[in-house]
Amino acid sequence: MGDKTDVWQGTLALMVLRTLESMGSLHGYGIARRIEQTSGDILSLNYGTLYPALLKLEQEGAIASEWGTSENNRKAKFYKLTRTGRKQLQKEARDWEQTTAILARFLTPAEDQ
Amino acid sequence: MNRVMRILRALWIRLLGFFGSARWDRELSAELESHLQLHTDDNLRAGMTPYQARRQALIKLGGIEQTKQAYRERGTLPFMEKLMQDLRFAIRLLRRDPSFSIVAVLVLTLGIAASTAIFGFVDAALIKPLPYVEPGRLAAVTEQIALLGRANLSYPDYLDWKRRNTVFRSLDVFTSNGYLLNTSGGNVMVPGARVSDGFFSTLGITPMLGRDFYTGEDVPGGPQNVIITYAAWQQRFGGRRDIVGHAVTLSGATFTVIGVLPRSFQFALRGRAEFWAPLQATGECALRRSCHNLNGIARLNDGVSLQQAYAQMQAIAAQLERQYPDSNRGQGASVIPLSEAVVGNIRPILLTLLAGSGLLLAIACINVASLLLVRSEGRRREFAVRGALGASHLRLIRQFVTEGALLVAASVALGLGSAYGTMQLLSHLVPANMLAAMPYLRGIGLNLHCLVFVLAVSILSLALFSLTPIVRMSTAELRGRLAQGSRGSSSITWRRLGSHLVVVELAIAVVLLVGAGLLGKSLYRLLRVELNFQPDHLATLDVALPQHSYTNDAQIVAISRQLLHRVSALPGVQSASITSILPVSSNGNTDWIRFVGRPYDGKHIEVPLRDVSPNYFTTLHTRLLRGRIFTEDDNGSKPLVVIINNALAKKYFPGEDPIGKQLGGITLDPKSIKQIVGIVDDLKEGSLESNIVPAVYYPFSQDTDSYYFLIMRTSQSEESVLPTLAAAIHQVDPGIGTTAETSMTARINDSQIAYLHRLSAWLAGGFGFLALVLSSVGLYGVIAYSVGQREREIGVRMALGAQRASVYRLILTEAGKLAVWGIAAGTLCSLAATNLLRTMLFGVQPWDIAILASVAFLLAVSALLASYVPAHRGASIQPIAALRSE
Repeated sequence: MGDKTDVWQGTLALMVLRTLESMGSLHGYGIARRIEQTSGDILSLNYGTLYPALLKLEQEGAIASEWGTSENNRKAKFYKLTRTGRKQLQKEARDWEQTTAILARFLTPAEDQ
Repeated sequence: MNRVMRILRALWIRLLGFFGSARWDRELSAELESHLQLHTDDNLRAGMTPYQARRQALIKLGGIEQTKQAYRERGTLPFMEKLMQDLRFAIRLLRRDPSFSIVAVLVLTLGIAASTAIFGFVDAALIKPLPYVEPGRLAAVTEQIALLGRANLSYPDYLDWKRRNTVFRSLDVFTSNGYLLNTSGGNVMVPGARVSDGFFSTLGITPMLGRDFYTGEDVPGGPQNVIITYAAWQQRFGGRRDIVGHAVTLSGATFTVIGVLPRSFQFALRGRAEFWAPLQATGECALRRSCHNLNGIARLNDGVSLQQAYAQMQAIAAQLERQYPDSNRGQGASVIPLSEAVVGNIRPILLTLLAGSGLLLAIACINVASLLLVRSEGRRREFAVRGALGASHLRLIRQFVTEGALLVAASVALGLGSAYGTMQLLSHLVPANMLAAMPYLRGIGLNLHCLVFVLAVSILSLALFSLTPIVRMSTAELRGRLAQGSRGSSSITWRRLGSHLVVVELAIAVVLLVGAGLLGKSLYRLLRVELNFQPDHLATLDVALPQHSYTNDAQIVAISRQLLHRVSALPGVQSASITSILPVSSNGNTDWIRFVGRPYDGKHIEVPLRDVSPNYFTTLHTRLLRGRIFTEDDNGSKPLVVIINNALAKKYFPGEDPIGKQLGGITLDPKSIKQIVGIVDDLKEGSLESNIVPAVYYPFSQDTDSYYFLIMRTSQSEESVLPTLAAAIHQVDPGIGTTAETSMTARINDSQIAYLHRLSAWLAGGFGFLALVLSSVGLYGVIAYSVGQREREIGVRMALGAQRASVYRLILTEAGKLAVWGIAAGTLCSLAATNLLRTMLFGVQPWDIAILASVAFLLAVSALLASYVPAHRGASIQPIAALRSE
């Protein structure tokens, strides 16, 4: 596992958390589709990479899972945010916003000069 | 913080996942299947054919197996999984070769158990601090004299020492005392002690019930109070809670129990004492500087070193010498750490045994290491194949380490168990009187120190076991091996390494055997030292006359005569006699003498003094060399007489006849003048290892004691007489205290010096024997392996006409070289090592040629036997079969 994957997994985890926050309870496939849609189909996710990320979040206690039935009557494992997950999301979202804001200052051309 | 918690939680779940991996797999399969179905449904709705829909879903997922793999790595701990694989593989290997595994584990268990058990004793005696407050600041303070070394202190001297010194925060004394206690079985002697008031507070001990002595409680005329030990409280008083304030009659006087010592209390220097009374020094002895009966303990003042304390006490002793030359001439001071006074005598023995068990452990480890080497040789191909298939070098090394760890773990588990058993066994074998002097051995067991020791041992041996094959399996060899096939040049490097190990093993075995031989010979010499009396068929017994019933000499003489008369009439008793001190005990209890009509330089002539009944020497079978023995007529109304031993006659009357000469006390007080009437052979008064010193014997009826010993010569075994003695004495007067009915031989054999010598000789002998077996097995292993490797060479030689005899010679020469090297190196090492044993040897030199020669011979014979078996196999090789097998 190189650094790249770690960074990717970090952002993926944030996306998953955010998706679950807005959608409530959702199965893996749904999460993957939702992430793609939200990104305006810019992100093309290899769905398989989602599952280790979900497992990691579950091990850390950020999400919980439960078997249930999908809208078209298929058995599926549903994930939902826990209280810890909600806090983690808030904190990581804040961190991320900060990081992007800082980066944005570096990357946008200075206008007032 | 939060983040750490999250990671820990994840780790824990992964660890759990590692154990339930099958369930995880099923669950993931179900989830992925549901994912694919959902996706396929969507694709169908988008208008794909069923085949396309499923295929696209799979592509998008990125493959089921890859996903599962990634998931599994996250779900469990890959490191643990590999470890388990290694472990499973190692277990399978060890099970496939059970004889190797069993031998390796047994050998290692032996080494670990022996060294850990001995370490347990070393820890209990030498490492664990004494159970007092700041034990490092406690000192044993006594006088120092030429005859005995450290010796008792007199009460007036103690008071001066206490007053004049500035180096001790407190200086206190204790003295042994026996009390007559009335029990259901008549009057029995119970051991006790009298102590100065600050004794317990100097040690830092507070009673668990009641109180300590008050300051000033120890002066003459103080209250009759007593503090009892926990054991006395439980056994003598049934542990009753209202014990404090309870009255108890000791030797006819009434004492009040004021305190109970904690259960953990121990004081090795007076190990058995149950009743601790205040000193209250009264009587003639307390006033006399020449009456030595006290032992001091002191707590050093802050910032004062032991050397400073010693220097000041020496100075004070010198002042007293000038002030009171009559009584204090030659009475120096001794200040040593209290721990030294307690364990000083067994330290060299324990350290020697620890070294011995360490060497045994070393042999065991080397043995297992060479077994592993042999095996790694046989597994060269396996490792070459695994390497070629892509196993990393690290992974192969991990395999060795895992196998080593498994062996070590099994041996440690077994070793700890047997070490515990050995410790219990050994400490139960310690006789009760010995255990009283070594209370620190009580409750010996596997404590933290032992576990740390075992951990260190296992890490070291694991390093050895992993390193040897790793060193062998260098990368270059791994590559070359596959192409080369199997045997060849490498076995020569192995043989060299293996042979070196065997030489080391043999050398260690020599050292252990020589050490065991020396200790064994010491014990033999010690137990056969010339006693100048016949110790067998002697029954002995301690007798204490109650002082309130027998107040003057005439009464004591009368009752003692009555006792002798009664005991002599017992069946099986030939003769009975009295002595104030038993032979083979100590050179203590001395008198200062001076010869009438000779110049005197004021230097004390200090000689052991014994008060004996007329038939003492005839009962012991000690020869009278000149003059006469005492008679019933030598009583208080007649002129005083004395019998001297041969050593005194030789030293002070060379070329003269001592009979008829006179000696007396240092001032030649007319009341002390005695005439020499006889010379007896040098009866061994001191302990077995001590030298014979000039000694004097006074008639019991002219110099009485109220505590003495009866010695009976029996016509049958002592054991049949011993049980009848106490009853016979109690028939005369039930108030007389008796204790310690023991045969003379038992007293000698159980004496501390004999016991310690026997213990070290037996244990060292055991180590030596095991070392002999292990090193022979090691030699056998090397030679057997070498023969196995050279099968083809031998086959070719025989095919070319070599005789069987020359094959024997070939192999036996190889073994012989190793044995000669090992024995020679071992002999050199043992010359150096046994010098360290010097202090523990008795009547034998560290370079005892007979022992060195017999050890060399013993090892040579066992080496020959060990190599004969493989040599025979080598010589029986059928050339055709050997050549065809390739």
